[in-house]
Amino acid sequence: MPVMEGKELRIVGFLCNWCSYGSADTAGVARAWQPTDLRIIRVPCSGRVDPLFIVKSLLNGADGVLVAGCHPRDCHYSAGNFYARRRLEVLKRFLPVLGINDARFEYTWISASEGQRWQQMVTSFTNRIHALGPAPRFENATPLPKVVGMALPPSSRPLGTGKNAPLDDLKQGIKEKLPDLECVIGWQRGYDGVHTAPLFMKIPEDVEKLVWGPFNVANPAVYLPKFKGKKVGIVVKGCDSRSVVELLQEHLVAREDVTIFALPCQGTLDMSRVKEKLGRYTVVDNVVCDETEVIITVDGKKHRLPMNDFAQVKCRLCTKPMAVFADTPLGESPEVEIATHVPPELALLDAMNLDERMAYWSGQITRCLRCYACRNACPMCVCRDYCVSDSRDPRWMTQEADVTQKLFFQAIHALHLAGRCTGCGECQRACPVGIPILALRQQIARTVEELFDDYRAGFDPAAVPPLLSYEVEEKSIREREWK
Amino acid sequence: MSAIRFVTSEGLPTFLARLSRNSRVLAPVVKDSPKPSVMFEPWRESMPVILKKATVPPKDAVLPQCESLFVYKKSKNADNPENVALHLDDTAHATPTVIFACRPCDARGFAVLDHPFLDGQFVDPYYKARRERLAVITITCSSGCNTCFCHWVGGGPTSPEGSDVLMTEIDDGFVLQSITDVGQKLLDATDLSDGKDAFPKVEAARKAAWTSLVPAPDIKKAPQNIAALFNRESFWQKHASSCLSCGACTYFCPSCYCFNITDEGDGFDKNGGRRLRSWDNCMSSLFTREASGHNPRTMKAIRMRNRISHKFSAYPRNWGNFSCSGCGRCIGNCPVCLDIRDIVQDAVAVADSDV
Ligand code: SF4
Ligand code: SF4
Ligand code: SF4
Ligand code: SF4
Repeated sequence: MPVMEGKELRIVGFLCNWCSYGSADTAGVARAWQPTDLRIIRVPCSGRVDPLFIVKSLLNGADGVLVAGCHPRDCHYSAGNFYARRRLEVLKRFLPVLGINDARFEYTWISASEGQRWQQMVTSFTNRIHALGPAPRFENATPLPKVVGMALPPSSRPLGTGKNAPLDDLKQGIKEKLPDLECVIGWQRGYDGVHTAPLFMKIPEDVEKLVWGPFNVANPAVYLPKFKGKKVGIVVKGCDSRSVVELLQEHLVAREDVTIFALPCQGTLDMSRVKEKLGRYTVVDNVVCDETEVIITVDGKKHRLPMNDFAQVKCRLCTKPMAVFADTPLGESPEVEIATHVPPELALLDAMNLDERMAYWSGQITRCLRCYACRNACPMCVCRDYCVSDSRDPRWMTQEADVTQKLFFQAIHALHLAGRCTGCGECQRACPVGIPILALRQQIARTVEELFDDYRAGFDPAAVPPLLSYEVEEKSIREREWK
Repeated sequence: MSAIRFVTSEGLPTFLARLSRNSRVLAPVVKDSPKPSVMFEPWRESMPVILKKATVPPKDAVLPQCESLFVYKKSKNADNPENVALHLDDTAHATPTVIFACRPCDARGFAVLDHPFLDGQFVDPYYKARRERLAVITITCSSGCNTCFCHWVGGGPTSPEGSDVLMTEIDDGFVLQSITDVGQKLLDATDLSDGKDAFPKVEAARKAAWTSLVPAPDIKKAPQNIAALFNRESFWQKHASSCLSCGACTYFCPSCYCFNITDEGDGFDKNGGRRLRSWDNCMSSLFTREASGHNPRTMKAIRMRNRISHKFSAYPRNWGNFSCSGCGRCIGNCPVCLDIRDIVQDAVAVADSDV
């Protein structure tokens, strides 16, 4: 049904079958006046409402979305609305980073007998949306032409090249365990001296190829789930170990199946900055590491890359340079100064208003080719071949190459990683066109910390990820006042 | 006789402005981001002239990431609602386009695409419409780079294949040499000065580019040898073990051309429904999933075999040349640094040692 031009706005309501839909019915039976902007979709339970329903509505032209379910403790399925509450609260705090006004989305609880309350809510929500007016659309936003440079945050500790790490002891340790393992995952020299590639060690000779140092950027944990049920070893940096822990938390790998080898990490290089520095070159002549800098000679020209200037941002902010735990740890964890710095990608967005954020994303995301390297490099994206973004049934996305589809995929990824993302940064590193997508994950991680007692994914193998659990009384989620 | 013209660096914006009068000019643009990338975008006056090799090849100009093949509208007969009339609009739309500062490898990509889309049993009308309205101005490379290997696969830093005009930088500007009639007309329509006198410098620059390359191995036997390894699963497993099955290698490739076709909309609303053609890639498991649910290529090793065999064995058998132009993007963009050069070389060596 076409919306009456100019008079009505598009508001989508997801109402649970047992309470809220009933309340709308009660209001109707009582002949209570209700605004006509709302298009109701009846769902079995508020717990059925995937936050992506809401994002999809908002990206595709809804001016507002309202979700209503049974009051806490009244859920027909006992706990659906408890789960919903956590997810929807995370979503509400996520929308603004995209440039969507979170006032356009609300969730609430209404029972079947509360016809009058329903009428008040729907009226006040509709009035709110009318006050906001038609929602701005990504496809109409003028891309932000210039992005301000990101200031590097101070480093949590001195960064280095790891040249003194006990690599030989590590190799020895791996060789000892190798007979009991299918393989051990690590890194080897890549196509030239400034790139490494994953290494799967099966025989002692393979172990000799293992390298350690600032070029070990890739996260080997991405390969773990496919070895499920087999005994496998993995060499980890601190950040990689958090991915392993998260996989353990989610029972995607079993503790008794993985052997974790670890060395303390002194930081890894931001390869895009390295590339900028080296420029176009044909041959790497030489790579030498001293304690704090990497000296790379390409085509006869020498470049000095101090780790302090060329390390990845995540390494500057790293609080866990040594594995969370390991079966074969070697070396001591360095002293780390734990200061909470907002990552620069996120700080950039924090400094913008909603319109600017929308303009920023529409400018950045148009480059996306939908190659899904971001997804496939993510150690926690375990559906991969069955990702909802590729599915035709249900059809979450079309193949159109427009801004909304591309951004919607990022929302899918970010929300599927809510409370699970360890911030390893692989998604952004993998993106060949450098779309700063990590900020979306960082915003969710920050929200999860705020809402769930400073929870950070990948530190405790026994912890249940926050969006897979609930509290009957949530400490940090308050129902909002309605006006 | 080809046209040879000269333009100074300062003269380039005027040249581009002139070209933009009749065509959309796609030129490299550096995108502002934490990790800078270079994309082809419509040129507008006041944009800086960038000559860098683009992160994404200009393949989109002939084979868009997603295009609407046709629009369908359905309408019900008021007297007999069972009777639905279908209206199809399949006009092939194409804007006259000039690609400026293409690289020889990317231009060769167009030559690769031409065979299957234009020279087979069926001509693709959408591709044809765009290709016929396309002119390619290619800047020759002054050196190779760490990932590119154009000279392994029949091209080179100064290869003219797929280009209409070759542009070479000399000390005080650029010499433009037409390669095709299209290129000649394009240059004749400009007021650029004659560049014949500077041509010796061009030849010297091109020669220097070739001498800067690391010598290429001989991969002439790749078509037979790769075919011989078709059933050796262990070979493909070895080379695909680190692959993440993403599409970075194929979507950034100037010569990959696989696509998917999907319909959006039932056709009853006022905008009609659209049949879309969008890029697809053989590294994804879904690429071969059949309607029945059966999937002949669930293993990534077998999908890797497909990518390599298509480029270095099947396509050459059909069309005579490799369908890889050696741009190196699949290597440089791969999140895990997988190197197609290694696989091809290893295939050549392994199959040889078998005999
Ligand atoms: S985030 Fe920490 S553990 Fe990971 S690479 Fe950087 S310094 Fe090392
Ligand atoms: S979403 Fe990105 S940062 Fe988070 S776990 Fe996945 S790859 Fe790492
Ligand atoms: S984006 Fe979501 S559905 Fe897709 S692979 Fe990742 S977690 Fe799975
Ligand atoms: S890696 Fe980058 S280009 Fe590829 S799908 Fe992800 S955001 Fe898009």
